[in-house]
Amino acid sequence: MSRDAILGAIRRGLKRGPLPEDQAFALRARLVGHPRHLTPARSIGTHAELVSRFVANVEKEFGTLTRVPDLAGVPGAVADYLAAQNLPTDFAMSPHPELTQDIPWHLRPMLQIRVGRAAASDLVCVQQGYAGIAETGTLMLPSAPERPTTINLLGDTAIVVLRASRIVGPYEDAWAWLRQRVDPVSGGFMPRNVMLVTGPSRSADIESVLELGAHGPRRLHIVLVEDAPAP
Amino acid sequence: MLSTSPEFKANAARALEDPSLQKALTRTRPQHPAKRAAAKAGLPEFEALRDIGRDIKNHTLQHLDFYLETWAGNVEKSGGQVHWCSTADDARAAVLAICQRVGARTVTKGKSMISEELAINEHLEAHGIVPVETDLGEYILQIRGEPPSHIIGPAFHLNREDWEESFRKVHTDLPADRVFAERRDIMVEARTKLREKFLAADVGITGANFLIAESGSSVIVTNEGNGDLTQTLPRVHIVLASIEKVVPTLEDAMSLLRLLARSATGQDFSVYTTFSTGARRPGDWDGPEEYHVVVVDNGRSAMVGTEFQDMLRCIRCAACMNHCPVYFAVGGHSYGWVYPGPMGSVLTPSLIGIDKAGNLPNASTFCGKCESVCPVKIPLPKMMRHWREREFERHLSPQGVRSGLGVWGWLVQRPAVYRVLTQVAAWGLAKLGRRTGRLSSLPLAAGWTAGRDLPAPEGETFFARYARLQREGKL
Ligand code: SF4
Repeated sequence: MSRDAILGAIRRGLKRGPLPEDQAFALRARLVGHPRHLTPARSIGTHAELVSRFVANVEKEFGTLTRVPDLAGVPGAVADYLAAQNLPTDFAMSPHPELTQDIPWHLRPMLQIRVGRAAASDLVCVQQGYAGIAETGTLMLPSAPERPTTINLLGDTAIVVLRASRIVGPYEDAWAWLRQRVDPVSGGFMPRNVMLVTGPSRSADIESVLELGAHGPRRLHIVLVEDAPAP
Repeated sequence: MLSTSPEFKANAARALEDPSLQKALTRTRPQHPAKRAAAKAGLPEFEALRDIGRDIKNHTLQHLDFYLETWAGNVEKSGGQVHWCSTADDARAAVLAICQRVGARTVTKGKSMISEELAINEHLEAHGIVPVETDLGEYILQIRGEPPSHIIGPAFHLNREDWEESFRKVHTDLPADRVFAERRDIMVEARTKLREKFLAADVGITGANFLIAESGSSVIVTNEGNGDLTQTLPRVHIVLASIEKVVPTLEDAMSLLRLLARSATGQDFSVYTTFSTGARRPGDWDGPEEYHVVVVDNGRSAMVGTEFQDMLRCIRCAACMNHCPVYFAVGGHSYGWVYPGPMGSVLTPSLIGIDKAGNLPNASTFCGKCESVCPVKIPLPKMMRHWREREFERHLSPQGVRSGLGVWGWLVQRPAVYRVLTQVAAWGLAKLGRRTGRLSSLPLAAGWTAGRDLPAPEGETFFARYARLQREGKL
């Protein structure tokens, strides 16, 4: 069997048989402890510093951002952004309760919302942001029934509603949140899909010149809801 | 993919005469070092991270059997399937069997170097299944029937005219007189065409930058988002990964990811870094119904425990070729197989045999730049030297080289003769080049003097000069 052949060849190379139990135990302890390595200085700071670093890094990576004081500010921010970009007022939106229940969309009756996954014809999609990572201006978007993956990908314009209290410094802090969940299928913590998204889609394949909007969204806009505790 | 590596010299000579390739190389060459340097400047801990990256990979390789088994167990726990494949044939058969079982007609593909290594496309085509490359660069190469020339920017050797010409040829349903005013018009056309393919595909095949043992996940890194569409939209997702891609934990992967994009494109982080774990879960709106990983050895386990084990640390960032003077003189195709540049010069002989790749370890000036930029500190020049030794031991180097080395070896063991001869040579060359100070041709060294002049020696050897200065009390 290929499996045994491969493992056998590796062990021959390492000049040993299967790992002795005491060593396997030490490795399992490393997996359970999943130690962090170096945390870069750029991912350390007060929460206010991390929020402004997140904003700066999003903009560095060609993302755009609007800051609103609370969830009630989201419909206006979305409507104004769409108008400014000459985009239609209908969009697909994730069925996340924070989006469907907590945001007073009726404040902007012009907006037409279809809740669910995205279709290939959708021009605009609205996603709920699980976490923002200040280190590189990265969004963490784990899949779940309330957060379909296609919403991150199919729209020409991706809008993500992110609460400022969900901004962390290093990637590892965002994973630490995700590690707390228990998946009903695997018993582990990992959702089926976790996307770390840094800016809109791009390619430099044509003559090594960067162009935005390759296969994924051409624009990435974040509506940042200032719910963070005062620093 | 068939190897033309033994013809490296002829390939390189052709490449040097190819104006369109030279235009692309000249355009790209200065970009890489500047981009990497800027990214590195934004992370003062970069050098410390290189040590960490090297150590994580070494730790994993030292326990590769354990981590592979752990990873496979966790894939299965999360509803995925692992297909262990020793050889390229096994892997091709495994991919085909899955595609045939689900009645696949078209298969979309994300960029994957291992799929080039396995020549998956040819195999699927031979069995009536249409593979569609979705990475922009790979898409144009598939249209043109060319192999990639770089592991990150596979089509950087093409110029805009080449793209336009190819698109006009294959996208015949579009108006023939359409204008590509900007590069972005080319990209928009590809995007529109490939959208149809993404939606129609039955199976999506991606590579993997990492496999995570603790969770049974596979990780892809792209800027375009094509890999994500490939693995999200079709009914079945197949991951192709080689055995050395596994790392223990997410924390290990994140440390390596901090190095990857900075080393590769000079970005702080790539646009999409995506972790896939198993198939669609209850209640999910999207995602594949089946998740398979075809994990491939294809010669790698034989590197474990040898002087080439360090090569298995490679995270395929391309920094070594991006900084290589040889690569930027002759381009990627000259190397003749899937992996070009310094990493290819070491890896190719390991995977297809030194007899089929013999010339590659000689494609180096030994300037050492590759090792100095490698994010996991692979001693590439040292390993190229190992291959040269093996090549020599196995009598694979050309007779001229062997005789030359033989004569030199005899001489250096006889210092008195060596000194006399070099004295004579230095004196003779100095005389010959007296007027201009340079020599434009030399017997036995035409290959060298064809491209540049040799500065004429001053008439004294190093030994003689050293001894004289010592006598004069100047040292
Ligand atoms: S050998 Fe090092 S520099 Fe070259 S591709 Fe691999 S990791 Fe990158």
